[in-house]
Amino acid sequence: MSPRTARRLGWNAVGMVVFVVMVFPVFWMISTAFKTDDQLNSVTPTWIPTHPTVRHFRDALARPYFWTDVKNSLIVVLVTVVVAMALAFFAAVALSKYRFTGRKLFIVLMIGIQMLPATGLIIPLYVVLARYHEVNALTGVILVYLTFALPFSVWTLRGFIIGIPKDLEEAAMVDGSTRLGAFLRILFPLVAPGLVATSVFAFITSWNEYIWARTLLNDSSKQTITVWLSYFLGTSRSTDWGALMAASTLTAIPVVVFFLLVQRRIAFGLTAGAVRG
Amino acid sequence: MGAILGYPIYNLVRLSLQKYGLTELIQHHGTEVGLHNFGTVLHDPVFWHTLVRTVVFTVANVGLTMVIGTLMALLLVRVSTWVRILLTAGLVLVWSMPPVVAVQVWNWMTNSQNGVLNYGLTELHVGNFFQHNWFETPFSQLAMVTTLVVWGALPFVAITVYAALSQVPHDLVEAAQIDGARSWRIFRDVTMPVIAPVLLILTSLSILWDFGVFTQAWLLIGPGHIVPSNFLMGIYLYEEGYVRTDFGRGAAISILMLVMVAAMSVVYVRRMLRVGEVE
Repeated sequence: MSPRTARRLGWNAVGMVVFVVMVFPVFWMISTAFKTDDQLNSVTPTWIPTHPTVRHFRDALARPYFWTDVKNSLIVVLVTVVVAMALAFFAAVALSKYRFTGRKLFIVLMIGIQMLPATGLIIPLYVVLARYHEVNALTGVILVYLTFALPFSVWTLRGFIIGIPKDLEEAAMVDGSTRLGAFLRILFPLVAPGLVATSVFAFITSWNEYIWARTLLNDSSKQTITVWLSYFLGTSRSTDWGALMAASTLTAIPVVVFFLLVQRRIAFGLTAGAVRG
Repeated sequence: MGAILGYPIYNLVRLSLQKYGLTELIQHHGTEVGLHNFGTVLHDPVFWHTLVRTVVFTVANVGLTMVIGTLMALLLVRVSTWVRILLTAGLVLVWSMPPVVAVQVWNWMTNSQNGVLNYGLTELHVGNFFQHNWFETPFSQLAMVTTLVVWGALPFVAITVYAALSQVPHDLVEAAQIDGARSWRIFRDVTMPVIAPVLLILTSLSILWDFGVFTQAWLLIGPGHIVPSNFLMGIYLYEEGYVRTDFGRGAAISILMLVMVAAMSVVYVRRMLRVGEVE
């Protein structure tokens, strides 16, 4: 074996160790969800559930408010995504096609708000929402999620729109299309992949969100799935770990699926400045 | 849209200058008290202790994330293709875990009775961790939060740095190797200048995220065990402002925190603005 191959093998081994360490928590979550109670309570852990059972999933689904809170999460997420995309699309067009006063301030504000820790805005938004009786209502949460989803969406979409050559639009107009027609037939299809990517991102952030949902929603019947999951542990000493891991797995599945679709683009959007500059 | 973003900030500043508690929340207006809220916060020893703790926490988290993340990226370059695909897939999987889910998995793994961590460490002869409590002291609590935060942040850093590494010119590295340069020197003089801008952005983003950590710390330590001796800035703000319903004071803390964050994010915002101007 040449020293080169030996070195490659060594790195591969290190790579495998890193893989195992990083993925272990996820593996452990899924594996725990399928174990029997005996295997869970034993001090010597079972690595792979040899007699997998779906009982924990049934237990988790049967817990109070699971389906209600999944439904709440879906409502909040879907409304946020649809409204954010509609607003962000037009804002992005305005930002990339027209120069208007306060354009630079607008960009600074937009990037700036992304950088603020969510906790920093809890107090003022809570007070405003309380004033308009939007506390303990899904609409309040949706409004908050929009303030966080919009800046990112506008910024990412803007990147897509800038990439479209102006000649293309002009060519369509010369051919007798109206401005709106050119807009819909030329611009829209080209921006579609961007819309998919940003809406998935908005989907994931709002599905995962915790602080706001916890702060604004008090009734068990009005909470989102992450808040539901966070209360699972409760105060009792004997936690049903199997059901908790089953519920965790279920909560993670939609995110994992969507994430795999757009992972590349998110990484790019966040560091576009660095990579291009 | 400017209104959506600007209004909360305007409201924040107004609140910070008012006495605004539960009574005022019901009546919908506060009493002007000038800079009183800022005065009490700045004279609160808990504020200063929390600030120091948060800075140390942030430095530790960002340092670990950046160093390990960069090492992982360098590893990705060196392994065979199938290992790289496997490792990248694993990283993306970790990246996609919702924070609340990760917290619950951590709770289960570090469980003192039959958590896999105590078992594993004892079996590997690291020491006797039988029924070891990982949440005994504020330090150990925040150390556990650190493992959780760093684990969750590594994929983004590793994958992004790896992408930057692919832009390092091959012939330059080869020329350096032929000249007999050691790998550390190649990294410092050839690789580093290419990936430096990416590292800069990642570091400033990580600082912002870790400085404002809330969910992981709040849930992993457990709302019942959150006390001033393990406060991080985000939690201090939440406890003082929301839990104790002293919104004016909470707003003052928010502003202090946001000013610090804004100062730290200047690098990032300036870089993004430059992208905004190039069209």
